[in-house]
Amino acid sequence: MSGMTMTEKILARAAGKAAVEPGDNVWVKADVLMTHDVCGPGTIGIFKREFGKNARVWDRDGVVLIPDHYIFTKDEKAHRNVDILREFAGEQGLPHLYDVGTPRYKGVCHIALAEEGHTRPGEVLFGTDSHTCTAGAFNEFATGIGNTDAAFVMGTGKLLIKVPPTMRFVFDGELPPYVLAKDLILQIIGDIGVDGGTYRAMEFAGDAVMRLTMEERMTLANMVIEGGGKNGIIACDDTTREYVKARTRKPFTEVTNDAGARFFVDRRYDARKLEPVVAKPHSPDNRALARELETVKLTRAYIGSCTGGKITDFVNAARILKGRRVAVDTFLVPSTTEVSTGLRTHTIDGRPLLDIFKDAGCQISIDASCAACLGGPRDTFGRINGPEVCISTTNRNFPGRMGSKEGQVYLASPYTVAASAVTGHITDPRELLQ
Amino acid sequence: MTTISGPVYVLGDNIDTDQIIPAEYLNLVPTIPDEYKKLGSYALVGLPLKPGDQPFVMPGETTTAFKILVAGKNFGCGSSREHAPIALGAAGAEAVVAESFARIFFRNCVATGELYPVETPARLVDGFRTGDEAVLDLEASTITNRRTGAVHELRPLGDAGPVIAAGGLFAYARKTGMIAAPAEA
Repeated sequence: MSGMTMTEKILARAAGKAAVEPGDNVWVKADVLMTHDVCGPGTIGIFKREFGKNARVWDRDGVVLIPDHYIFTKDEKAHRNVDILREFAGEQGLPHLYDVGTPRYKGVCHIALAEEGHTRPGEVLFGTDSHTCTAGAFNEFATGIGNTDAAFVMGTGKLLIKVPPTMRFVFDGELPPYVLAKDLILQIIGDIGVDGGTYRAMEFAGDAVMRLTMEERMTLANMVIEGGGKNGIIACDDTTREYVKARTRKPFTEVTNDAGARFFVDRRYDARKLEPVVAKPHSPDNRALARELETVKLTRAYIGSCTGGKITDFVNAARILKGRRVAVDTFLVPSTTEVSTGLRTHTIDGRPLLDIFKDAGCQISIDASCAACLGGPRDTFGRINGPEVCISTTNRNFPGRMGSKEGQVYLASPYTVAASAVTGHITDPRELLQ
Repeated sequence: MTTISGPVYVLGDNIDTDQIIPAEYLNLVPTIPDEYKKLGSYALVGLPLKPGDQPFVMPGETTTAFKILVAGKNFGCGSSREHAPIALGAAGAEAVVAESFARIFFRNCVATGELYPVETPARLVDGFRTGDEAVLDLEASTITNRRTGAVHELRPLGDAGPVIAAGGLFAYARKTGMIAAPAEA
């Protein structure tokens, strides 16, 4: 028997087996189940219907509830949904509820999971959100599931999983200073298409990847789902260990690829040759070079979400916006409250990011949430409510994704979004990065 | 029940979950009966329509006339929202015949039992027009276009079929003795 990939090894261990192969259907034990305000109430409804009203979750410490989608809205049902999470946490005695209106409130679940130490190497994380794959950056198996599967996990701690074959993407050499993780993942999705990773694990490797910060690695793993992938995965190194150990005392077991591990695809990129790219409407694989789209006039720019609303993303945007003015409406939404605080404490040349953005004329929400990445209720900050042409650090540009079907969304890195906000048209950030 | 007969609704490639059920309606909770119905009334409301295109659910209606959807590649891509197969099922659709499905959407169809996700090896979106009467035979794994008379082979549903027929993952597990009946609610 040949060796296993990291994904195969995690699933084998979680299934209590010595080895698994791609295509095997195995029952795996979950370490963490995450749900939020949009899918949590339905999951809880199924859990109660199927396991009984007095049923208890399989592991109180394993359930993490992170309201993040529709928080800063007048929508009554949205508030009712957070109430359902709150009541459930109370009734079940769940310690990990990051409740709205309390100092524990976090914001976007995928970033909150990492910041709060719920992402750990070698573990299995299920979440009722497709971007749960973000946590693969931490050398774990993480994937999105529906309410019914989540209710099953809630009651049993297990889920039947088909072991995916692994597609490996290796980036050799040093990235140019104007290329970010978002450019790497948009490059890959453009190459394989929005269904190129369906039923597969996507591994990111190579010295260019291993030099990335944890937050940049999260951007890579985050958009695996836009390539159709089941999970993303990255090896564990000192960068991973340092991040995780600063946030949790729980022990963890790292995994590495075996020497004889087999890959469904093994694709190599010369990192030095990459350029800033953009995904055009209305599909994340509709890739073009930023410099080819300079004639595209914009009406709006947006920086936020699990993909592009981390503190690193705002630092990168600020590098370009410092001392400049935006030419179009530019909306900024921190993903979490920690990022929100970071806008005040992180500085460039002694100037806090928040002031840099205010000076530039940006519209900044201090309320951390998913906000307009997925449109949301009509009163959502930054929501596209008409025929806007928006460049965004978010993850999807499907028709109507950020609100109105009349809108057009271009996906790009924080550098490219910030540079384009300054000029009012799509702009290669090389022109503005000093 | 192994055949589904009725008019088809034809869609293209990469129909994503935002088109199937836009995020502004995700405040509705599928396990609450009134909200389940409402989700059905919004099924595919995010689909951009050209002039003359028929909506999947007519304005003012809560259900659709179309029992079968015929689509291209990667149907249901995007979000893990179970609201997507539920909205289509609540509207009265019973099956989607597509060249391929996004993984989570396929799994959610089976887990909820809302919709049969049937794969077609051939591209059918050009052989059907919205409104064509069709017969989907799940046992024979074929779909017949009554307008053209063409019979198209489909990929068998395999073990997913009985799960959907039973009403989803939990109903199937209970029916087959995999799990016990719930403690009385």
